[in-house]
Amino acid sequence: MKLPIYLDYSATTPVDPRVVEKMVQYLSTDGDFGNPASRSHRFGWQAEEAVDIAREQIADLLNADSREIVFTSGATESNNLAIKGAAHFYKKKGKHIITAKTEHKAVLDTCRQLEREGFEVTYLDPKEDGIVTPEQLKEALRDDTVLVSLMHVNNEIGVIQDIAAYGELCRANKTILHVDAAQSAGKIEIDVQKMKVDLISFSAHKIYGPKGIGALYVSRKPRIRLEAQMHGGGHERGMRSGTLATHQIVAMGEAFRIAKEEMASENERVLVLRNRLLNGVSDMEEVYVNGSLENRVAGNINISFNYVEGESLVMALKDLAVSSGSACTSASLEPSYVLRAIGRDDELAHSSIRFSIGRFTTEAEIDYAIKIIRENIGRLRDMSPLWDMFKEGIDINSIEWSHH
Amino acid sequence: MAYSEKVIDHYENPRNVGSFDKDDKSVATGMVGAPACGDVMKLQLKIDANGIIEDAKFKTYGCGSAIASSSLVTEWVKGKSLEDAAKISNTDISAELALPPVKIHCSILAEDAIKAAIEDYKSKNA
Repeated sequence: MKLPIYLDYSATTPVDPRVVEKMVQYLSTDGDFGNPASRSHRFGWQAEEAVDIAREQIADLLNADSREIVFTSGATESNNLAIKGAAHFYKKKGKHIITAKTEHKAVLDTCRQLEREGFEVTYLDPKEDGIVTPEQLKEALRDDTVLVSLMHVNNEIGVIQDIAAYGELCRANKTILHVDAAQSAGKIEIDVQKMKVDLISFSAHKIYGPKGIGALYVSRKPRIRLEAQMHGGGHERGMRSGTLATHQIVAMGEAFRIAKEEMASENERVLVLRNRLLNGVSDMEEVYVNGSLENRVAGNINISFNYVEGESLVMALKDLAVSSGSACTSASLEPSYVLRAIGRDDELAHSSIRFSIGRFTTEAEIDYAIKIIRENIGRLRDMSPLWDMFKEGIDINSIEWSHH
Repeated sequence: MAYSEKVIDHYENPRNVGSFDKDDKSVATGMVGAPACGDVMKLQLKIDANGIIEDAKFKTYGCGSAIASSSLVTEWVKGKSLEDAAKISNTDISAELALPPVKIHCSILAEDAIKAAIEDYKSKNA
């Protein structure tokens, strides 16, 4: 077994070998290296054809029309284009935006920028399970709400939001709905014929494609218009200028094709591994799952190990490539804002670990991970004065600590 | 984050983890830090009739540097008089462990733990 074990598929995924094989055919003189915008020779025509096919493959996964796909550099750019582009274009209709506190920084920071430009933003508080209920959205919607941006699957806790219900509410209110689907594409069904969503952000590198490429779905029916954020040659129907990166686009297309084909069987396999991991550690005392376990993608589990400090936990799990809920490199300990938003206290937020499982995770790796976790949680707790107090029945919150 | 070899050594092989009976008159207990800040150190010293620290134990909830700082202190205080133990400063600890600037607070906490333990001993035996 190769160490460390990669359990951070929500951060990024390795590129599938089948995708790599396709991708390298569009780079050198041996392949179709042409500029898809070149109309006067076959180098351009061949590249354009490859882009067209990829666009179809991506649209296929969403049950969308290929003309609704705009290529970008990734989900961050897609979020920026969707939110700023729609807010700017439709600002005469209203200047109120709704999002949630657990959104990705690419959405939250973009909304902050719009606040500086004079928009008003409502940040919804998800429930303890991480879900924003349709009722919460309904209450927040106003006549001047021009845009709602809510993610499909949360990147830290993996919970699935009720996009279809948000879509109904937004459509009835004549409000544009943008969904960040970076963590859901290829993991759960996205059907734009069933969900009334206007804009959807995608990333390739979360589903076994390369980094540096993404897409934005822009609905044609109803027709959604955007103010471009990147100006130039008028590529992508004027919404995003810049020479199309043929090799990356082809790779993204292939990754989406594979995702569509293998999603069902892959989910089944990944869920078995996820449950194996969870069952392997959940009988320990003071172990908490963060976010809804039912409404959650198969590959994600986010667990807090109470009375163990986060950074020492990451150090102890050095043979596991996982993500920690506390920003441990900064002097001021900052626990995950997502976990704080769903009401986890500082200690639990600090001691959280996100495990994300994917296409190349094996059962042997999960078993090894369970062994490492159990050994080290036990070791760190034996060293923890807080654990002693818990065992003696002392309430830690009843003590007056000297904050430093 | 890159840790020094000494920090990793103390973290992986902590010296003197454990507890003494805190009600024993020869035991000095110092507990410092706060859970919300991410560090709690408990240092206990066993002091003989001549005022010499004959044994020391610790338990720490905190990052690798906090665990290493407290582990190091238990080694250093053994055999020292209370007066000499009180002279151990955070700069000695951070220098020995090559702590980066963002982890200096761990060494300060360890120094505080020694002082708190000595205070405890003095008030118990006043």
